[in-house]
Amino acid sequence: MTGTSHEIRWHGRGGQGAVTSAKLLADAAFRSGWAGVTSMPSFGAERRGAPVTASTRLANEPVRVYSAVTEPDVAIVLDDSLLAVGGALAGLKPGATLIVNTVKPVPELGVSSDTRVVAADVTGAAEAAGVIVGGTPVVSAAILGSVAKATGLVTMEAVEAAIGAMFAGSAAAKNAEAARIAYECTSEGSIVG
Amino acid sequence: MRTMTTTVMTGNEAAATAAKLARVQVVAAYPITPQSPVVETISAWVESGELPAEFVAVESEHSALSVCIGASTVGARAFTATSANGLAYMTEQVWWAAGARLPIVMCIANRAMAAPWNVLNDQQDSMSVRDAGWVQLYCRDNSEILDTTVQAFRIAEECDLPVMVCYDGFLLSHTMMPVDVPDAATVDAFLPPRPAPLQVVDPADPRNVGPVVMAAPRADADGEPHGGYFEIRADHQRALLAAAEAVERANADWAAATGRDWGGLTWDYRLDDADIVLVAAGSLATQLTVAADELRDARIAAGVLGIRCYRPFPADEIAARLAGRALAIVFDKAMSYGYEGPIAGDIKTALFGREEAPRVHGVVCGLGGRDVPVSELVDAVRRAMATPTAGAPAAPSAAIDAASTEWLGLAEKSVS
Repeated sequence: MTGTSHEIRWHGRGGQGAVTSAKLLADAAFRSGWAGVTSMPSFGAERRGAPVTASTRLANEPVRVYSAVTEPDVAIVLDDSLLAVGGALAGLKPGATLIVNTVKPVPELGVSSDTRVVAADVTGAAEAAGVIVGGTPVVSAAILGSVAKATGLVTMEAVEAAIGAMFAGSAAAKNAEAARIAYECTSEGSIVG
Repeated sequence: MRTMTTTVMTGNEAAATAAKLARVQVVAAYPITPQSPVVETISAWVESGELPAEFVAVESEHSALSVCIGASTVGARAFTATSANGLAYMTEQVWWAAGARLPIVMCIANRAMAAPWNVLNDQQDSMSVRDAGWVQLYCRDNSEILDTTVQAFRIAEECDLPVMVCYDGFLLSHTMMPVDVPDAATVDAFLPPRPAPLQVVDPADPRNVGPVVMAAPRADADGEPHGGYFEIRADHQRALLAAAEAVERANADWAAATGRDWGGLTWDYRLDDADIVLVAAGSLATQLTVAADELRDARIAAGVLGIRCYRPFPADEIAARLAGRALAIVFDKAMSYGYEGPIAGDIKTALFGREEAPRVHGVVCGLGGRDVPVSELVDAVRRAMATPTAGAPAAPSAAIDAASTEWLGLAEKSVS
């Protein structure tokens, strides 16, 4: 990639909505002024609970790379159990930002000190906003609030617009509220690095 | 006033949007990964009334194309989409649609053929029906999918030929990116309603459609001479060769209407002074432009020749663009098993006997969704450049030669 570009890798478990998150980020990034955006799911065995990844690229010009992101500037982890088994730390660029949905304090996550770790209770944000499907809080939209706060790559206005375009009616309102709560609970105090 | 809006969407959504803008009248489809979202989207629009069309849910891909054949025969604008084994299952009707000269448009979200089972991308599916007599167009990004699918209806109806719009499964079909969506007025001006429906199912004027035809010419009941099967096939070949001009014209007129020019039959990137030309169709060719940039940074004069129209094959245009170059490296996402990559083989044929033809080295990559990083493409080019026999006619046994296509990134122990 040439010029300013950002490579982002998503880690989730099947059913958590990592692919939806990646789509929302692409839309929000375009609305935030990035001319080149792509979000691409990586498909393996499609089953609930299995580790899944997705790749998002942001640039000032159209993106011409379609292969998976292997050396991310930002890695976003929807489930902290994937830090140990999901390859979430593989290939991180020096100084990369790692955003983790967790209730654990950062030192307990066991991530090396050359990575900027941002922890946030995104599940709690989804729960507080009532984004619950089949009894489980769904973080796919809420995590965008943490991404906006931790990276500054997208604005919250753009995140809410992207959520409004993807979800209808009360689902849109609840997901936007979840993203706002996640934005607030992703404080600089949770950042180590 | 005409407007264009830019929306972030997947390749499948771009294909569905194009079908809607083209005001398709009949859509028949059976779901298969990675195509399914195309027809799921269309069926939702038909149900909501957003698209006034007939959606026919069928029990197989064979029936999907059969319904399109029936609809197209009586003058409807018909559309379907499929992938891989779905395309294989409808193969009989793929040939029928072409032989009956029906202007059906079908999107192919390119996917690997089983066995072994694999739902991810390569181009083996559409390459396997390249000889059936359809126009085949390959897209490099989601905006091109939308634009090409609209253009496909005009090409089809102008030439009385079916058109396949091929785009890489997942890499484009499921990847979100900004897509410029023209308004309905722009598309309506470019693509008027299908001309003069044949209305062959007319009790007042009964006809026999697709009857048994012998090889030799013969007279009809009125004594009127008609060609036999052999002449009909020759007509088909002439029509398909002539379709190249229709493909170019559709692209030029679309460019005039929207400002977006996809290059007609082929497109190129940093090609003017290139000694090394990287050739491919689809999203792989887009990725090759990044490899070319890296090679240029290392003072290697590399450029890209992208193939947009694969059938009819633009042999003269490709030969002219390759004349005088040192080496063409053709990256195929398919194999003609027992020989070599289909595009590599076709390019060698196109160059046969021509002055100043480059050496042609074939590389097969990305089968079954194997990731193809830019670094591997760059390495493949460097290896070919470092091997004087690469792509040389009748090259002696060497690490790389024309008879042994390179399999990019192949693990050493491939037999388990």
